[in-house]
Amino acid sequence: MNSTLFVNISRFILLLAIQIIIFNNMNFLGYISPFPYILFIILYPVNGNKSGLVAASFLLGIIMDLFSNSGGTHATACLVLAYFRPSIFKFAFGLSYEYQTIKLNDVLTPQRFSFILLSVVIHHFTLFLLEAFQLSFILDTLITTLLSTLFTIIICIIIIYIIKPNKR
Amino acid sequence: MQQIFNFMYKNSNRLLFLLLLGISLSLTIQSHSFHRSKIISSANFLSGGVYERVNNLNEYLNLKTQNEALALENAKLKSLLFSKKDTTAVKKLDSLKGVKPDDIVVSKVIHNSYNVYENYLTLNSGEKDGIKPDMGVINDLGIVGIIENTSPKYSTVISILNKRTQINAKIKKSNHFGSLNWNGKSTGFVQLTDLPRLALIKIGDTIVTGGQSVIFPENINIGTIAKIYRDKQTNFYTLDIKLFNDMTNLGHVYIIKRKDREEIINLEKRKKDE
Repeated sequence: MNSTLFVNISRFILLLAIQIIIFNNMNFLGYISPFPYILFIILYPVNGNKSGLVAASFLLGIIMDLFSNSGGTHATACLVLAYFRPSIFKFAFGLSYEYQTIKLNDVLTPQRFSFILLSVVIHHFTLFLLEAFQLSFILDTLITTLLSTLFTIIICIIIIYIIKPNKR
Repeated sequence: MQQIFNFMYKNSNRLLFLLLLGISLSLTIQSHSFHRSKIISSANFLSGGVYERVNNLNEYLNLKTQNEALALENAKLKSLLFSKKDTTAVKKLDSLKGVKPDDIVVSKVIHNSYNVYENYLTLNSGEKDGIKPDMGVINDLGIVGIIENTSPKYSTVISILNKRTQINAKIKKSNHFGSLNWNGKSTGFVQLTDLPRLALIKIGDTIVTGGQSVIFPENINIGTIAKIYRDKQTNFYTLDIKLFNDMTNLGHVYIIKRKDREEIINLEKRKKDE
């Protein structure tokens, strides 16, 4: 139990550091900025404390906001993702997901991929919608969401594979 | 009472979510609606300190371009000095006290953003150096932004690439003025709106800051006209201005402290009160 707590805290700090120092400076074509820090919310234990996840996501988002001068946009997006995570699990893995032992950081199956895809889309759409804060920018928001989602997913999968290489 | 506690216990996760969502949404809305009301800003000990460390490392990578920029600016200043006809002429002072109207503080950009609709910079000088909100920030090529928040050691700048900026600007040769804002599309261009149609303009004309603002002194370079939109409905032009500055590549900047700023503001306030 203590080791999962430790792993999660170190994951929290490491992902934030990588995001702020490296990925915040990335900006392909003026549109695309990847946000792999949400991997913390995606990889949080399935049977972990739900309120703990909501609180931790809020903290994660508010620290991102602190560093990127964005008010509360990251905090809101992270909160929405954390709250809807159980529903996404249900959608991706079927109803009885809580009784199975799901390990996300393992070989990529269609279920795992659809879970990551949905999570990233929900987070990015909320984020970019709040960032623009104007319905006249809706087309730009959708394009940015689409392209950034693509890059975030690629980077997320690469990070998962780097941290957890196949043991077999 | 028991039932209330039961309800709270059952829905603790949802209640926590709603509470935190309320906080974060209000922070978001507030950051979009008011001028200078940021609670969450990068002018603080934590993020300022981290950005300064990272910037110290990055600085070594572009020492060469920074040196070239400084050498160019030196050459320009030297040429100004040498081309003066009479170097012994007494300099005309602007006021009886014999002080210049503006003071300049050199500072360094330690964090720069340009990929969202509301962009901010972080500088490594703050209240200790006498920096206050609403001071203008420029570099040798043109304007950069306006100080928004300060902490003892750091300050944040609302960049000209921000949907909320409004800067008074004019055509260099004709004194017709308009207001400068950004439509969020390209980092190289800003828009000048509300320019009267009486103004004679053509593509390539220089745009400078107007004398009406108490933030910037007059005649600081902004950019050149790149595109002219004529609107049949109104009597105003909208122009695309190509910036002299590359906002994606900023190093050292100058912060302008205007000495008569408070006097002007007090005077205008008195006018309103009467």
